[in-house]
Amino acid sequence: MATTDLHEAHIYEVLDTVKDPEIDTVSIIDLGMIERVQVNDGHVRIEVLPTFSGCPALTIIQQNIEKAVAQLKNVLEVDVAFINSPIWTSDRVTAKGRDGLKQFGIAPPPQFLKKDGSWHVDCPYCGSTYVTIENIFGPTACRSILYCKSCKNPFEAMKLISTSM
Amino acid sequence: MSKEVTPEFKKSVITLLYQLADDDYLFSYRGSEWLGLAPHIEEDVAFSSITQDTMGHAKLYYTLLEELGEGNSDSLAQLRPKEERGNSLLVERPNGEGYYKEAPNYDWGYAVARNYIYSTAKKAKIEALKVSSYGPIQEIATKISAELYYHQMHWTTWFTQLFTATEESRSRMSSALEEVIKDAGDLFSFGELAPSLSTTFELIESEEAIKERWFTIIKPTFETVKITVPELPTPTINGRNGQHTDDLTSAIETMSEVYRSDLAASW
Repeated sequence: MATTDLHEAHIYEVLDTVKDPEIDTVSIIDLGMIERVQVNDGHVRIEVLPTFSGCPALTIIQQNIEKAVAQLKNVLEVDVAFINSPIWTSDRVTAKGRDGLKQFGIAPPPQFLKKDGSWHVDCPYCGSTYVTIENIFGPTACRSILYCKSCKNPFEAMKLISTSM
Repeated sequence: MSKEVTPEFKKSVITLLYQLADDDYLFSYRGSEWLGLAPHIEEDVAFSSITQDTMGHAKLYYTLLEELGEGNSDSLAQLRPKEERGNSLLVERPNGEGYYKEAPNYDWGYAVARNYIYSTAKKAKIEALKVSSYGPIQEIATKISAELYYHQMHWTTWFTQLFTATEESRSRMSSALEEVIKDAGDLFSFGELAPSLSTTFELIESEEAIKERWFTIIKPTFETVKITVPELPTPTINGRNGQHTDDLTSAIETMSEVYRSDLAASW
């Protein structure tokens, strides 16, 4: 690599190694949190969409991004900015991200709301549709608590977030 | 996106942001005092999550104020005296008799009634803010709206169930709602600057238009539980103009205790 060679593609590669601090099977790219990466003479600006407003992991994510990108050759400065437009929506989670969530035992976010405002996900362990929502709210802002009546496992699901809500 | 930034426009934006921020901040504080006391563990998880989201909403507004040169967002939340606060009376009221750390004698019916009224009013405002003339507020409103969706659904479920469960729960909810409505006079007020916030700068719809939105939101629920939609009283004291009770003073003192213990610390 030439000394001045620093491309956005390199930044994206590194960002894919920055995992959700609580879910090590998904990266911040898998979650659809990265909106824009700009590289200008060693100055890197990364625009990130916060998932939930009150998420305490955001500061950790910011630090982890800075640390990871700063290790790249020829990086002089890293600027991580959280932006509010567009907003993060759960359909930004990629196919790889949905698989990663399942691996961790978390059902990926449902694709759509039903007419009555409810939604449905399948059990991430056995795939059964025979599940009940125990609590829309879970251990973190982005997750709900469910129970699978087929394999008798409690599990979590990532909440649906869309601009139409 | 936004209109020309005249000092008057900026003043109106700042006034509105303080009202929105202080409302959510105090609402979160009162919610945090319920931690470990909710009727069952699922509710403890839910209420904490809602409280955390709402604190995030306050943070979004305080950050916009910081960007407008009002000072550090943490200090804005923690250090401003009550006379400078723009929150409504409803959110500064204590949860009930007693003190959190000693013998809290809180009323769950009151919590449900207050949170239902607050969340539906917030929904009405957020809908109006989605078309605000000030771009940054408009963006935040869309984000808050998605999270608020779950809060509103949650409190509507409790409100409906407690109103329709037993005679006792219905009568306790009726008195709780009455208490809440007594304090809701300034909920839809924008205070002295109301004309500039809505008519002049179109930052938010008029007080009347938002009340209409609110009525549309709550009507089906009130019909389901078969009660008449209450008339909001004329505010005797108006939080939007910095008029507050001593309940707010003690809330700020408690909430900022740790922050004030070391103002130079990085939190």
